[in-house]
Amino acid sequence: MMHMLQTSLEVLKPFLLPLIYAVAIVAVLPLIAGYIVLMERKVMAHMQVRLGPMRVGPHGLLQPIADAVKLLLKEDIVPESADRLIFWLAPILSMTAAMLALAALPFGPGFQIADLNIGLLFVVGISSMGIFGIVLGGWASNSHYSLLGALRSAAQLVSYETAAGMAIVGALLLAGTLSLRDIVEMQENAGMWFAFAAPVGFFIYLVASIAETNRAPFDMPEAESELVAGYMTEYSGFRWALYFLAEYTNVVVVASIATTLFLGGWLRPFPHTHALDFLDWFPPGLMLGLAGYSLFRAPKQPVLIQKLVMVLVAGMFAAFAAILLAPILATHLAGASSIALLVASWKPALHGGFWFLLKVFLYIYLFMWLRFTFPRYRFDQLMRLGWQFLIPISIVNVMGIGLGLALHRQWGWPVAPALILTTLITLAIAAALAKTGEKKESSEAIVGEFWGSGRDA
Amino acid sequence: MGSSGDPAVMLDRILFDLFAGLAILSAILVVTRRNVIHSAIFLITTLLATAGIFLQLHAEFLFIVQIILYVGGIMVLFVFVIMLVNLDVSLHQMQFRRQWWVGLLLALALGAETVAAIYIGRLGLPGPNTAPPAAVLEPNTELVGRVLFTAYMLPFEIASVLLLVAMIGAVVMAKRRT
Amino acid sequence: MIGTGHYLFLSLALLLIGVVGVVTRRNVIVILMSIELILNAVNINLVAFSRLAGSVEGQVFAIFIITDAAAEAAVGLGIIIAFFRNRETVLSDEMDLLKW
Repeated sequence: MMHMLQTSLEVLKPFLLPLIYAVAIVAVLPLIAGYIVLMERKVMAHMQVRLGPMRVGPHGLLQPIADAVKLLLKEDIVPESADRLIFWLAPILSMTAAMLALAALPFGPGFQIADLNIGLLFVVGISSMGIFGIVLGGWASNSHYSLLGALRSAAQLVSYETAAGMAIVGALLLAGTLSLRDIVEMQENAGMWFAFAAPVGFFIYLVASIAETNRAPFDMPEAESELVAGYMTEYSGFRWALYFLAEYTNVVVVASIATTLFLGGWLRPFPHTHALDFLDWFPPGLMLGLAGYSLFRAPKQPVLIQKLVMVLVAGMFAAFAAILLAPILATHLAGASSIALLVASWKPALHGGFWFLLKVFLYIYLFMWLRFTFPRYRFDQLMRLGWQFLIPISIVNVMGIGLGLALHRQWGWPVAPALILTTLITLAIAAALAKTGEKKESSEAIVGEFWGSGRDA
Repeated sequence: MGSSGDPAVMLDRILFDLFAGLAILSAILVVTRRNVIHSAIFLITTLLATAGIFLQLHAEFLFIVQIILYVGGIMVLFVFVIMLVNLDVSLHQMQFRRQWWVGLLLALALGAETVAAIYIGRLGLPGPNTAPPAAVLEPNTELVGRVLFTAYMLPFEIASVLLLVAMIGAVVMAKRRT
Repeated sequence: MIGTGHYLFLSLALLLIGVVGVVTRRNVIVILMSIELILNAVNINLVAFSRLAGSVEGQVFAIFIITDAAAEAAVGLGIIIAFFRNRETVLSDEMDLLKW
C-alpha cells in the first residue's frame, strides 16, 4: 500500500511543476483577458477623442471586476429547443482550446509549461480545434442568426488558417525546428528577428491572425450591426463571458505566436551587442515611470477610494520595478556572494518575461489600432481576400524563403542579399496579384451592390 | 519486480488504459447515438483518444497530424455537412436497420477469425518483455520527414495528386447547377 | 509492459465497432463516420507495430492513410450533399434509384 502510494507519487512528480504553472495560468488568465478588454475600451475611447470607462475605479481600472461580477450574477437562459449537451459544451470547447495553446508558448527562457519538440504544430492544431466551439455553439442555439453567424465565422477561420499556417511555415524554414524555444534561440543565434528576415511572412501572419481571431476589420460574423451577435446571440451571463474570454485569450495566443516566431520572443533587441546594454535598464525604468505617473495622478482622483486604488497601482508597479532591478544590481551591491549570483541568474528569465510581454502588448495594441481605423470587410470581400490573395502570396512566400535559403546554403550568397532578393520577388508577385484582383473587383463596387439600381445620392 | 512498480511503466500503463478505454467508449457511442451531431462529437473524442495512443507510442508527428488533419479538418467538414443535411424528422425515424443482428453476428465472426489468426501467429509477434529499440524513433519528425522525402517520395507525390483530385471532385459535386 | 497484444485488441475492438456501424446504421453520414473508425483502427495497428519493430515506416504509411481518409471524406460528403439536394434524404434505405 505504501509502496503503491510512493510509486504513484514518483509517477506524478514530473507533472507537479507544470501543473502549478497551468493552475496559475488558468487562474490568472480571465483577469488578464478582462484587463485587455478594458485596454481595448480605453484605446477605442482615446482614439475617438473621448474618455471611456472612468467611474468604476480610477480611470476605470476596476471595470473588468465589475463586469465579471455582473456576468456571473446574470440569469442563465437556455433556449427551449436548444440541444442542451452541445449548448453547454461549446463555450467550454472554445475556452479549452484557447487556454491549451498557452501551454506550449515560451514566456521566457525557463518559463514554459511544456517544451514540446512539436510545439509549433501543437499550437496550430489546438487553434484549429477552437473552430468547433464556434460551430457547435451556433448549431446548439437552434436559431437562424446563430447558425448563419457560426457558419460564416467558421468558414472565415478555416480559410485564414491556411494562410496563417503557410506564413508559419516560412518562419519554420528559417528556424529549422518545430520547438518554440529553439525557434527563439535560432533568432538569437542569427542575431536577427525573423520579422526582418521574412517581412512578407510576418505581414501575412499579421493579417491572417486578425482574421483568425474574428477581429475588425474582419469581424463581419460577429459585428454588432450584423446578424445580432452571430454565434453568441443566444448565450447570456457566464456562458457568454466564456466565449468572450476565449476570444481575447485567442488574441493573446496569436500575439504570443507572432512574438515567438517573428519578433524574437523573450530576446532584448540586440541581445549580444554590449554597446546597447543600457537597454537592460529599460524594463525597471518603464515600471518606475508608470509607478511615478500613477502616484502623480493619485491626488487628482475625485473619490478617496479611487485615490487609494491609484496608490496601490503605483505600489504594484514599484514592486515590479524592484523585481526587475534586483538581478541587475545584485552583483553590484553584494559582490560575488552566492545569493547575489542566484539573484543575478534570474535575469534572463525575468527580463525575458518582460520583453515578451512588452512585445505581446505592442502586437495587441496594433490589433486595436487597426480595429478602430479601418472599416469592416463585407463577407464575400473577406473570403476573396483570403483565398485569392493571401493564400497564393503565402505559398509564394514559402517558395521565396526556400529560394533564399538555397541561395545562402547551396550557392554561398551572404544572408542579407539572399533574403532581400527573395523579399523583393515576393513583393513583386504580390503586387501583380493585387493588381489583377483589383481589376476583377472594381466591377462590383460596394455602392452598386448595396444600393442596387435605385441610387439616391 | 521492477517491471510492475517502475514509475515510467506505470505511467505508460495508466495512459494506455485511459486512452484505450476512452477510444472504445466513444466509438460505441458514435455508432449508437440517435442525434448525428452527438455522433460527430463522440467521433471527435475517439480521434483525440487515438491521437493520445499515438503520443503514448512516441509517434509525436502522427499525434499532431491526427489532430490537425482529422480533428481540425475532416471533422469540421463532417459537422458542416451534418448541419446542411440535418432533418428534424430524422430524430423520429428508425436509426438501425431491421437486420441489425446480422451486423452483430458478422462483427463477431470477423472478431473470432482475427483472434484465431493472432493466436496462431502469436509466436512471431514481439513479446511483452523485449524492450523496443525506442531510440530509433527519436527525433520523430525529422525521421518521418527524411523517410517521406527519400524512400517514399513517389507515394507522397501521388497522395498530393489524390488530394488535388478530391478537392476538385468535391467542389464539382457540391456546386449548384445554375 | 504493454505488449503487442494490447494494441492489437484495441485495434480489433475499434475495427469491429466500425464494422457494426457500417452494416447496421441507416444514416449515410454515420456510415461514413464508422468508416473513419475503421481507418483509425488500422492506424493504431500500424503505429503500434512501427514502434515495437523500431522502424518509422509504419508511421509514414499511417500518414498516407490519414491523407486518403481526408480525400475520401471530402468526396463522400460531396456526394451526400448532391444526393440530398435531389432526394431530401440521407437514409441509405431510401437511396434506391438503381433498383429495378
